[in-house]
Amino acid sequence: MKDIKAQVKQYVLENFLMGVDANKVADNTSFIGNGIIDSTGVLELVAFLERTYGIRVEDDEMVPENLDTLDNIEKYIRGKLT
Amino acid sequence: MTAVKLNSAVLDIDPQAVADHICQRLVDIVGRDLRRRGVVVALSGGVDSSVCAALSVRAFGAGRVFGLLLPEKDSSSASEDLGRLVAEQLGIEHIKQNIAPTLEAIGCYRWRDEAIATVFPDYRSDWKSKLVIAGGIDGKFNYFKLVVQAPDGARQEKRLDHKQYLQIVAATNYKQRIRKTIEYFHADRLHYAVVGTPNRLEYDQGFFVKNGDGSADVKPIAHLYKTQVYALARYLGLPEVICTAKPTTDTYSLPQGQDEFYFALPYQKMDVALWAHNHGIAAAELAGSLGVSAEQANYIYQDIEKKRGTTRYLHSKAVLIDKVDEISPFA
Repeated sequence: MKDIKAQVKQYVLENFLMGVDANKVADNTSFIGNGIIDSTGVLELVAFLERTYGIRVEDDEMVPENLDTLDNIEKYIRGKLT
Repeated sequence: MTAVKLNSAVLDIDPQAVADHICQRLVDIVGRDLRRRGVVVALSGGVDSSVCAALSVRAFGAGRVFGLLLPEKDSSSASEDLGRLVAEQLGIEHIKQNIAPTLEAIGCYRWRDEAIATVFPDYRSDWKSKLVIAGGIDGKFNYFKLVVQAPDGARQEKRLDHKQYLQIVAATNYKQRIRKTIEYFHADRLHYAVVGTPNRLEYDQGFFVKNGDGSADVKPIAHLYKTQVYALARYLGLPEVICTAKPTTDTYSLPQGQDEFYFALPYQKMDVALWAHNHGIAAAELAGSLGVSAEQANYIYQDIEKKRGTTRYLHSKAVLIDKVDEISPFA
């Protein structure tokens, strides 16, 4: 089973933190709360998830519970893939 | 514990006192600090630019205020008519320049249409369109939907991905930037200062284009809530139609309210929400005042903060690597 958290963490580090300290992003770090991703960034993240996992993120799924931490994202993606 | 209470009078002003204060400051800033001979005001037909022009005339006299009417392909025809109405009522010199050919040449419409076509492959340039914001007031992430309307009236809407959203906004930003370029041409020619017309809601929430309508030498009403701008409009005797018009963006070809495009709520409620947030009013109390749930009031506060954070970039001047202390701005 692919390591979703590792893949997404890599993407966030490369695209939003320009490779800065990997320790800044723990599994439960809030992206929005810590200013790591803003609202345009959320759209980029959504595009990455759709592309990488072949899913469609519906309008009403664009909520922090699904997208704001690595833990949340993994739970959300696994739910979409099953 | 705050002693400040939220009630319907919190946005009331003494319009004469406010106008006097602004006019005095305009004279100080433009004449003494900036050493310019008058001001240039682009008139959109909306209440903000109309009030700025009226205040400028009150401060400097009609002979030192130069008006610009700058319509383009997607402007409502009412904008130009209202702008001219204000210019004539105030007795200021003004010219009209249609910026559509410039926008065409620089690729504004082409880049925008190209992005729209990736969302709706059937889209043609004689269709109308607008962007609608969604999400924030429901606690979701903000996102934009593109609404298009074919000539037969059929409408479709779809969420934009980030590439499409950024390209459409970048293309339409040309409109505000080209207008500002023209304003500065006349300012340079006349040795005048350029007036920026954002109200407090727009300024605070980053609802402007960087180096577009966000650029100016002086901003007479950036500290005033929109509700207060309307109060000034009535006091200054501006035409009734301007004193009562609903804020629009006049940037997209489908009529679009500012609340649809960017703010979570209509301006009267956004003003109250912003004032309440600035004065530490609890979300539960705001909720009662706006007629929304406490949860939604909380989202509104969070949305205000989020937009401040995201748009800090728009307010920023060029950032130097190391400070050059010998050079400092006026304010």
